[in-house]
Amino acid sequence: MSTSTSVAAVVLDIIATIAPDEDLDDVKPDVRLRDQLDLDSMDFLDIVMELRKRYGIEVPEEAYPKLATLDSCTEYLGPLLEGKL
Amino acid sequence: MDYDVIIIGAGMAGLAAGIRLAMYDRRVLLLERHYAPGGLNSYYHRHGRPFDVGLHAMTNYVPRGTRRAPLTKLLRQLRIPYEAFRLCPQIGSEIRFPGVTLRFANDFEDFRQSVHETFPSQREGFDRLVERIEEHDELSLDARPIPSRPVLEEFISDPLLIDMLYCPLMYYGSPEENEMEFGQFCIMFKSIFKEGFARPEGGVRTVIDALLARFREEGGELRLRSGVRRILTRKGRAVGVELQKARGVTKLGRRRAEVLAMADEPGEVIEAPVVLSTAGYPETLALIDDRTARSEEAPPGRMSFVESIMVLDAEPRQLGIEQTIVFYNDSDRFDYRRSDDDCDLRSGVICCPNNYAHAKPLPEGLLRVTSIANYDRWAALEKPEPYASAKRRWLERQQEKVASVLGGDFRAHVVADDVFTPTTIHHFTDRIHGAVYGSPRKVRSGRTPVAGLYVCGTDQGFLGIVGAMLSGISIANARVLMAGS
Ligand SMILES: Cc1cc2nc3c(=O)[nH]c(=O)nc-3n(C[C@H](O)[C@H](O)[C@H](O)COP(=O)(O)OP(=O)(O)OC[C@H]3O[C@@H](n4cnc5c(N)ncnc54)[C@H](O)[C@@H]3O)c2cc1C
Repeated sequence: MSTSTSVAAVVLDIIATIAPDEDLDDVKPDVRLRDQLDLDSMDFLDIVMELRKRYGIEVPEEAYPKLATLDSCTEYLGPLLEGKL
Repeated sequence: MDYDVIIIGAGMAGLAAGIRLAMYDRRVLLLERHYAPGGLNSYYHRHGRPFDVGLHAMTNYVPRGTRRAPLTKLLRQLRIPYEAFRLCPQIGSEIRFPGVTLRFANDFEDFRQSVHETFPSQREGFDRLVERIEEHDELSLDARPIPSRPVLEEFISDPLLIDMLYCPLMYYGSPEENEMEFGQFCIMFKSIFKEGFARPEGGVRTVIDALLARFREEGGELRLRSGVRRILTRKGRAVGVELQKARGVTKLGRRRAEVLAMADEPGEVIEAPVVLSTAGYPETLALIDDRTARSEEAPPGRMSFVESIMVLDAEPRQLGIEQTIVFYNDSDRFDYRRSDDDCDLRSGVICCPNNYAHAKPLPEGLLRVTSIANYDRWAALEKPEPYASAKRRWLERQQEKVASVLGGDFRAHVVADDVFTPTTIHHFTDRIHGAVYGSPRKVRSGRTPVAGLYVCGTDQGFLGIVGAMLSGISIANARVLMAGS
């Protein structure tokens, strides 16, 4: 698996835990997650909290916009997750 | 420090906040003064039967997977599956005023229709009011309070419709008399009319057990019979709590013994840099060891109620009682304020827990009645007498009233009853004046004059079962998890 698919997989896995009712089969990587799924700021907080809990990485509040799409997640989280997946 | 966070009160707000914090590895201690969790919505046994303290209806009911709904959000945040609360939707409820009835169930269109048919001249105004409510962001933690009456009067010219809208919303969530903060109005309007009512199969215990199981699963610690006597501060910051001293349980019968077991003497000290209190705002201020912080202005609420539960030997439907909840008023204007007499029966709420779409019918018929009461008058009655006779007298009057509101007579079918008063509520939850909806002053931000001490639950301004849980979640998120503390 390349890093990009695995970062996306990590994020999708987290979303599946947070929002078990959402259908995650065809989430488009370049479209805002908020626009395709029913996710609000509480859910984004949980994505950040789960990243910290599972991988020990910190996403500061200013960086939350970097989690907007799966592609931007990969770009931002890729380096932080390096060696942790 | 012994813990990362101490939470005062294992009601709905405290349990929900506890789950959130334990989920993200905070060392959490939940302290509850009473011998059982649940707070204002706990359960108990009497005459060999289980009773719910307060459950009429769980508001905010939406079907599974409904987007953007508070219930969906809270289940997600707590990682509790939808099925766990075993929600059974209501059959149908009414607002009954002299000569006029509005009907609603869990479909807002039906209610809109009912308003349109009953108040043809108010159609447009009502629809515009609904739009205004939808636009309002009542969940914001820095919302400023504004009164709702002027807003309603802008859209609705018939005072009868205003009264009829207020009746259920005030009864299910207003700490203020004859007024309701607009944000609070929106929360209640959405939770009752736009969403709806359900009852957990098995009663409120189903919800409490689900919360407790999650809390324990995440490693949270709960101590019952552990009343907080003081909130300890150092240089304006919370540093922990001091418990009431536990004493050996005196043999004096179940209920009283538990309370005697807690003396107002200093007990164990437990340290933590953050304290979340669900005890109410004025109640929390009174616990602070620092006198200047204690002198903050926070008026205690005045609205309390007498609640009677009647067990029937027949299915209520067979006695002609088809509604889930009836909010009635039989005087000219709806007057929601502390009663002058022990109780005020001019208006009230009648609930029939049988009339939900249960998978299995309840074993017995049940009727519950809520009436506005006067805390001071009940508190002045000595126990056991004349307090007990007053309870009987008011129960009989309530029964008479219910029979006349619903038509038909169920009274010969009552096989058991239990009545609780404002003093009972005070006794079991420590709310000043037995004020079910807390102080009229709500603290949306959750902040107090003491750093590291926050309030959540009722006095943060989200109440009811679902509201209190959401409040616990939001304050845990905003003040602990996002603060990174
Ligand atoms: C008769 C009645 C009927 C109701 N009906 C409904 C209904 O049908 N639907 C609905 O949604 N809501 C209903 N409610 C309202 C609902 O129960 C409350 O809004 C909600 O439970 C409030 O939760 P909370 O956690 O904010 O506060 P509480 O439940 O009051 O929890 C606070 C807890 O803190 C504890 N505590 C206080 N002081 C201390 C201390 N010093 N140390 C340790 N512990 C302390 C108390 O014992 C209590 O357990 C009803 C309430 C009543 C009384």
